[in-house]
Amino acid sequence: MEFIETLLNGLSIGSTYAIIALGYTMVYGIAKMLNFAHGDVIMVGGYMIFLSLTSVGNPILGLLAAVLFCVLLGISIEKVAYKPLRGASPLAVLITAIGVSYLLQSTAQIIFGSAPKMVVVADFGNLTVGELTIPYYMLITLGCSVVIMLALSLFVKYTRTGRAMIAVSEDKGAAQLMGINVNAIITITFAIGSGLAAFAGFFMLMKSPSLSNTLGAMPGIKAFTAAVIGGIGSIPGAMVGGILMGVVEAISLTIPAIAPYTDAIEFLVLIVILLFRPSGILGKVRREKV
Amino acid sequence: MSKIVLKTENLGISFGGLKAVQNLDLEIREGQLYGLVGPNGAGKTTVFNMITGVYKPTTGKFYLDSENLTGKNQEVINHKGIARTFQNIRLFNNMTVIRNVLVGLHNQPEFKCSMVASIFRLPKFFKTEKAMRERAKEILRIVGLEEERNNLSCNLPYGKQRKLEIARALATNPKLLCLDEPAAGMNPNETADLMNIVRRIRDEYNVTILLIEHDMKFVSGLCDEITVLNFGTVLAQGSPEVALNDPEVIKAYIGG
Ligand SMILES: Nc1ncnc2c1ncn2[C@@H]1O[C@H](COP(=O)(O)OP(=O)(O)OP(=O)(O)O)[C@@H](O)[C@H]1O
Ligand SMILES: [Mg+2]
Repeated sequence: MEFIETLLNGLSIGSTYAIIALGYTMVYGIAKMLNFAHGDVIMVGGYMIFLSLTSVGNPILGLLAAVLFCVLLGISIEKVAYKPLRGASPLAVLITAIGVSYLLQSTAQIIFGSAPKMVVVADFGNLTVGELTIPYYMLITLGCSVVIMLALSLFVKYTRTGRAMIAVSEDKGAAQLMGINVNAIITITFAIGSGLAAFAGFFMLMKSPSLSNTLGAMPGIKAFTAAVIGGIGSIPGAMVGGILMGVVEAISLTIPAIAPYTDAIEFLVLIVILLFRPSGILGKVRREKV
Repeated sequence: MSKIVLKTENLGISFGGLKAVQNLDLEIREGQLYGLVGPNGAGKTTVFNMITGVYKPTTGKFYLDSENLTGKNQEVINHKGIARTFQNIRLFNNMTVIRNVLVGLHNQPEFKCSMVASIFRLPKFFKTEKAMRERAKEILRIVGLEEERNNLSCNLPYGKQRKLEIARALATNPKLLCLDEPAAGMNPNETADLMNIVRRIRDEYNVTILLIEHDMKFVSGLCDEITVLNFGTVLAQGSPEVALNDPEVIKAYIGG
């Protein structure tokens, strides 16, 4: 029984990581850049939920407001910070992304102060089945995540925009020469990734109500790790990597001897997997063409 | 005489000190099969890169149907009507053959369909999607790949990949189709087959074709006019018989 609870906990943490990892992996696949500010978009989403809850009080409206705001934020970040650097060295783009990350964190600190806010999204209670006690928030997280992942997979596979996204991720130059508007595809990718970040913020606040300007930092890094474990650029890879990280985290936390080292253990998983599969679990193995 | 489709005026580009192409004047007329030849490194692919917007020319201008497209970006130039294939094949490898062609068809006005219609599977989506598939199959038929439409493009043999690149470029409904060494790596049978395909494309799709090729039999059998480049400058222009027998051209090829 306890194991099933742990597993469910792992799946819900993992699906949150997966939702964040999708943002990293899609942006990497399409714009070929690491958007290190992605984690901080989660935090901005968190504050939007906080503002909505204190003003209107409805968590669903809070989530919608957060999604909308993050989508606009993601698009703006891309336009203002990354688009002018298209074609610049990857290092310049990386340092810019780190700059954007600090900018978001500092702005949030100036507006909301550095003391953490308590954000109780709602009192969800528990579901009891026999000896099993499952908090409802876990089920909501899991359910939403499954729907999101399914919808995203279908979107990429079965819409024209999705087809164009795959074309751009395979060969941006050739796609452009076939008349695909690459800038529009990159904008859509940032919009989707940032909207997903808002969902992740919602899931995290349901689990633990403390909100500060570094809310997205650690989950951001872990989700990035998950994206690399799964194979950066691969959408199913981000899902697999995220779930794996979450389950490892939940199990490790229940074993007293290793619980304090949980974070380290998760990153160890990364190292071990990369030793055996350098391009991640579902990453494309690059065939060198001569 | 038919109208001029592509015109370049004093077109040129330098990379650092290297003048890869200079003073290029071309006039390609509607329905022509025009050849661009020259020894390795002559600047042929660079000409394609300029007229498709990959490189911005450092001197001169080029016009498609009298519209100045110099300095426009790749997707705009493609929408205006110039499509190309690549010397080193650049297909979308992990897509099926037909999907490669569908990607080329996306932006055709006749198949336009909003993202909303696409997500919610509105009737418009199914209608345009069906029409698009039909068109894709028709294009694949002309290059002889209809049967293989559901294979991954990376699993096709080399010669067929080249044909698929032509099909994908043709899908964007160009006025001018630029083929960069379409017969490279093909055996004589495949090359003869390709010559027929290129002619049929010109006739059935009313496109003007500009092609780069090292195989002189292919060029003289197919092209009605050619330009010979060497070290970025024009050595000769005219019909293949005349231009290829120009003493300067013979010297350049022998390596004088
Ligand atoms: N991006 C670039 N930067 C620097 N030099 C370049 C660039 N592109 C082309 N060149 C140079 O321009 C010259 C012409 O190259 P190009 O590829 O156009 O030749 P080509 O005629 O297509 O030759 P081939 O028959 O071998 O394909 C070469 O010397 C090449 O090295
Ligand atoms: Mg070349």
